[in-house]
Amino acid sequence: MSVRSAVMNEFDQVAKEQSVQLAQLSDDLAILDSGLDSLCLAVVVSRLEDELGVDPFSSAVAGEQLPVTVGDFIQLYEDAIERQRV
Amino acid sequence: MQPIERISVWNTICAAGNFSGRFLCGAEAVINFSDLIRGTSLQGRAEELRGRSVLIRTRDQLASALAIIGLDGLARRIVICPPDLQTEDLRFIAASTRADAIVSDLPDSSELSGFRTVIPCGTQIIPANCDRSAVQATEWILLTSGTTGAPKMVVHTLETLGGTIESDVSLVRRPVWCTFYDMRRYGGLSIFLRAMLGGDSMVLSSIGEPAASFLARAGAHGVTHMTGTPSHWRRAIMSPAAHMVSPPYVRMSGEVADQSILDRVRSFYRANVSHAFASTEAGVGFVVNDGLAGFPSAWTGTRHIEVDLKVEDGTLRLRSRRNAICYIGGQSESIRGPDGYVDTGDMVELRGERYYFVGRRDGTINIGGFKVHPEEVEDVIHQHPQVRMALVRARKNALTGALVTADVVLEREPNSADDRSAVQHEILRLCRDLLAPHKVPVAINIVPELPVAATGKIARRCA
Repeated sequence: MSVRSAVMNEFDQVAKEQSVQLAQLSDDLAILDSGLDSLCLAVVVSRLEDELGVDPFSSAVAGEQLPVTVGDFIQLYEDAIERQRV
Repeated sequence: MQPIERISVWNTICAAGNFSGRFLCGAEAVINFSDLIRGTSLQGRAEELRGRSVLIRTRDQLASALAIIGLDGLARRIVICPPDLQTEDLRFIAASTRADAIVSDLPDSSELSGFRTVIPCGTQIIPANCDRSAVQATEWILLTSGTTGAPKMVVHTLETLGGTIESDVSLVRRPVWCTFYDMRRYGGLSIFLRAMLGGDSMVLSSIGEPAASFLARAGAHGVTHMTGTPSHWRRAIMSPAAHMVSPPYVRMSGEVADQSILDRVRSFYRANVSHAFASTEAGVGFVVNDGLAGFPSAWTGTRHIEVDLKVEDGTLRLRSRRNAICYIGGQSESIRGPDGYVDTGDMVELRGERYYFVGRRDGTINIGGFKVHPEEVEDVIHQHPQVRMALVRARKNALTGALVTADVVLEREPNSADDRSAVQHEILRLCRDLLAPHKVPVAINIVPELPVAATGKIARRCA
């Protein structure tokens, strides 16, 4: 499964679990407008760590900003996995 | 008896004078100080509450703030209800605090029955019809979550709550305070009083208000001092509206502030970023202004800016005039030890020349500033017929500090992977039905056994 679909999948799953109405996800959508609150996002990040083996939020790279859009969020994971491979 | 002349919030605001441009901003209204001092939000009925024990129960934070200003110095006791207080707990709290009056902005609520006096309150200031110069020292009751479900009731006074640490305020000509916290809990209330007693303006948050509109409102009012938990700040800088505020001073408390969030917020806002230690019982302990996580070990064993700090048996202890007075209700424990120090229950570890917070001695998990007692989650998991034993613990999380996770031993090993996942889902469903969202475990790990300590209890602190 690609990083993108893993992320989309977890957004979907957690929204269902927390009975949250998820917005139509697109790369330009602000994460905080997706319907997921901080707690939901925290759950997504934990689940992705189990699934993908990386947590780019806790292993911050100097100067890196936190993601604002869904696209940024996916990119953050893709970069972290790329770094892990190197 | 002659009433004793004491300071109240209202009298302090009045005495400061110079009300122009000063305000208190809520989600739905802005109150200028020049209007604020003309009366109260209690429908002209404040006098009925003189000398009595009064519950303040509102939906809107500004309504609570105005009721507090209206009642401090007038009521014998004010009980400030946090927004998540359950109706069944409200009865218990009212009985324990002998409150027979309630002020509320929910006129149709069934909670109001049984009180001798019910006064509707809101955000409209009308003449008070009462003598505000005759003041008594009001007892302030704050609620904090207890291990056994019912909230603990902590007694403060205006002196203990208002004893602030002077720091960077004088550098700004007209501070405008703002906090992500709810002002009905200690963290938010201490900022609110800092602002009111200093004659400064303040922007209050509101439950359910989207981050973007709160930030826009705060930005429009030119906030200079903004406080919240590290989790609040992570959420703020992930918001497209993050740049609608540009506070020169940012403070974090309520959760451990790690170096990465301190650095991120400093570089994002180019602000002075400090972090503070405070609790409902111990009051504000100290503020760390050097931009580093943890606090200097040199502060312990001496008097550091009006507070005595020490570390004993691995936990931080504080003694200051900001300590709470006592608990009331069924609470037999005392807030201070025999040496006058409040044991915060927060474990610290010495690394180099600094102490760092490493969790709670009682295993309490802090999720974005909200406490979770592992026992209450375990009790729910134990309701599942197939569960023999459960251990709930913290799992580190970069967004909320921690999340709840559960290790569960079943009565018998599941027959198949499908069985296993079915049980996991059932347990999770049970938790979701019975617990607040932040208390629901992120994962149910089925394990063959749990570590048991020499006492026969499950070993709570696993390395």
